Amino acid sequence: MTSLELTINGERRVVHAAPGDTLLEVLRREGYVGVKKGCGSGDCGACTVLLDGRAVNACLVLAAKAEKRTILTIEGLADGGALHPIQEAFLDEGAVQCGYCTPGMVLSAYDLLSRNSAPSEGEIREAISGNLCRCTGYVKQVRAIHAAAERMRSGRNE
Amino acid sequence: MSERTREPFAVVGQSVRKVDGVGLVKGNPKFVADVDLSKALHVRILGSPHAHARIVRIDTSAAAQIPGVVAILTHENTPSTRHTTAGQGYPEPSPYDVRMFDTKVRFVGDRVAAVAAETEEAAEEALRAIRVVYEELPAVLSIDEARAEGAPVIHDETDATGIYEAARNIVADVDIDVGDVGRGFTESDVVVEATCETQYAQHTPIETHVVHSYLDSDDRLVLRTSTQVPFHVRRIVAQTLGIPIQQIRVIKPRVGGGFGTKQEVLLEDIAGWVTLRTGRAAFLCLSRSEEFIAARTRHPMRVRVKLGARRDGVLHAIEMEATSNTGAYGAHGLTVLANTGSKTLPLYNKAENAHFYGQAVYTNLPVSGAYRGYGATQGYFPLETAMDELAERLGLDPIELRRRNHIRVGETSPIFEKLGEGREGVSQTVKSCELERCISIGAERIGWREKRGTRRREGPWVHGVGMSIMMQGSGIPQIDMAAATIKMNEDGSFNLLIGATDIGTGSDTILAQIAAEVLGVPASRMIVTSSDTDLTPFDVGAYASSTTYVSGMAVQRAAEKVRDQILSVAAPMLKTPALSLRLVGEHVVGPAGEGTSLADVCRRAMYSSDQFQIAATASCVPSESPPPFLANFAEVAVDVETGRVKVVQYVAAVDCGVAINPLMAEGQMEGAIVNGIGYALSEEMLLSSTGRVRNPSLFDYKIPGALDIPDLDVILVESYEPTGPMGAKSVGEIGINGPIPTIANAIYDAVGIRLRRTPFTPERVLEALERGRRPKGER
Repeated sequence: MTSLELTINGERRVVHAAPGDTLLEVLRREGYVGVKKGCGSGDCGACTVLLDGRAVNACLVLAAKAEKRTILTIEGLADGGALHPIQEAFLDEGAVQCGYCTPGMVLSAYDLLSRNSAPSEGEIREAISGNLCRCTGYVKQVRAIHAAAERMRSGRNE
Repeated sequence: MSERTREPFAVVGQSVRKVDGVGLVKGNPKFVADVDLSKALHVRILGSPHAHARIVRIDTSAAAQIPGVVAILTHENTPSTRHTTAGQGYPEPSPYDVRMFDTKVRFVGDRVAAVAAETEEAAEEALRAIRVVYEELPAVLSIDEARAEGAPVIHDETDATGIYEAARNIVADVDIDVGDVGRGFTESDVVVEATCETQYAQHTPIETHVVHSYLDSDDRLVLRTSTQVPFHVRRIVAQTLGIPIQQIRVIKPRVGGGFGTKQEVLLEDIAGWVTLRTGRAAFLCLSRSEEFIAARTRHPMRVRVKLGARRDGVLHAIEMEATSNTGAYGAHGLTVLANTGSKTLPLYNKAENAHFYGQAVYTNLPVSGAYRGYGATQGYFPLETAMDELAERLGLDPIELRRRNHIRVGETSPIFEKLGEGREGVSQTVKSCELERCISIGAERIGWREKRGTRRREGPWVHGVGMSIMMQGSGIPQIDMAAATIKMNEDGSFNLLIGATDIGTGSDTILAQIAAEVLGVPASRMIVTSSDTDLTPFDVGAYASSTTYVSGMAVQRAAEKVRDQILSVAAPMLKTPALSLRLVGEHVVGPAGEGTSLADVCRRAMYSSDQFQIAATASCVPSESPPPFLANFAEVAVDVETGRVKVVQYVAAVDCGVAINPLMAEGQMEGAIVNGIGYALSEEMLLSSTGRVRNPSLFDYKIPGALDIPDLDVILVESYEPTGPMGAKSVGEIGINGPIPTIANAIYDAVGIRLRRTPFTPERVLEALERGRRPKGER
């Protein structure tokens, strides 16, 4: 076990990791269980987190590679009691069914909207194309991300 | 988009937010694996490398020496009770042909042993150290091999029960007749026949099967498990492990998708046994690869349909013959087979003569089980493509042929009574059916008249449109039972305790809406606790499109009892007879406008006079299974150079009765359709010549992603089902049946080829195109 210094959801943390541990394993062990495991091979996107602001599959990142870097997990998205506009929109548009792919999908959307405040439908689909969902037909997530983009542009969130 | 025809409700019919939604979008610890597992033993399973073999010897001595190994389970030290993994009502209609660990393995990946260790690594190292001597047996690797004379017998054990004819590898046999189908074809003017085959396909919930077991402070076994059937899990684990039901508590937290595969008891017996033997908590989660190899699949089938019609386009005879591959064990073998006929043939009730015949056979291949659509999906492929061919032969528009033949309100079909859930069915008359409107609305939306038969070309892409119609059921009549308990709190909120099993479908929410509607409160005033065998009343679980219709009716009845109690308490408070009071806006209101809050009523019942707990339990066993109806339309483009098929637009107009939560009903349809599109175009478990799954990953087994789906339009065409809660029927399964025949028919419209085998991969399409280009007679 080695010690790693990570900034997780704005908080500096020292975590322990074995050499082969993935970021997914370390984050879940540290209690960030919103990071989901669906395949362990980078195919489903359920473990999506933001590493230095960009969406990555945590199962494909060695924990050691995240040393001294900044990680955002789903647990860090809501601002105290207030949900992020993407989270609100996912609820309003019926984009959540079982909810297992939701954290990863929301974070992929967050990554997109941080770079592109008015994405096209094609850009939204592209952004979440690595996040597999078996419950929905992606229709409502696309709509939710559109709605969230609009809310964020107009600076409101109701 | 909702095509609404009535608006009689306050809470029902509203797309309220999911009651569990906030926690889910925040990533709160809601799933099985989300608790502290640091003290739990990690359990891993050793799978068979052979499709068919006897276990001659297992040597676990080296494995037991590995540091951290706590328990090793094999057939030598576990209970030998034969049971079924199928989580169905008792007695299950599936054969008792499986034991925890057997002396024989019957498919690649079948259980050989399991190890519980302090770490996952130690458990895996121990698996590698187990020495097994197998005596390999000839394997049965297709339905034809299974039925061949002198085929190896897969279930030659003497203690299995419920197998139709084990010596011939036949799990189940179904044969029903209406009228005289032979004479019916003779009397028909036009006869068409189609034989279609469907592939091995998997549910692939994003959360694989997972269980966490431990002893509570009274040493009772607790199973927190990702299941669709918590009460069946409790019963089957008790039976398998030989312990009293009373000693087991099953808790279903949030489930990361089920689709039928979690209607099986796949892991709970092992985790439970480890915990009982060691006293330790245990955690067992299938890897994605194990899920593909050893969880469940859709029954691959070969189904032949023969249709006879009179010149006026009215069907006179229908025959369906299905052969189903149930794999190494017979879970759901009989009932899926029966549903292939019972959920399809009643749709065309004008045919006076009908015959359904089917067999389900064992093979040494992955195990089939329940999968959304449950046989109907496999049946509608040949039925609806044969209808397309019949329309062409009769010179009728496919829509017109359906209109002349589909069942309508006030009508019945003898099939309802003859063919049920693995036994005789229940006669019923259709009381709600807006299929006619579904067809009109869908045709309009896709642009049927403008697009049909035009073969519009864009480079190598040729466009075509196709359609299909279908029905499903709502629960299993006179078998399924659901119960609900509602109790009132002194702030005017209510606890809703339901055995019903929300696996992501939103049933916690819609059941809260039904209760809230009766009690005159917003859905947010219901505190929902579901699927905990210690706390909630019984429910068969999430399967057979039953929850809204069956559990929903139980909830409505419980709420009505609670409402009556509330009114009886309020009557003396308001000095008004209970009969003239009603519940609205969290108040009891009388005819003259007098009123009191629900909180006041409950406080009086709890603290003031003649105190009692306002609470009630009610149950529902439905006497029928009203079908939802669906019209599907698709526009496809076929690349005639590469064989690639692209679905350009998909329109589904569905009659699910009253949609309790329209957004969620649409979500059920959208998810089912996209799953069906994957099943039609890309999803296929590839098997090696030795029966091994060759593509056990989400990279190699392609389910649709956000870039793969067409313009998708779901239209809720509302009807009112008088036997359902608040007019509701079901919507969970029906949508998955549509894409295969609809896309197949659209491909025919585009390029004139009839595809008989799924998925419609570029190779198969190209091959069919090539065949079509050759002169007639050449093959």
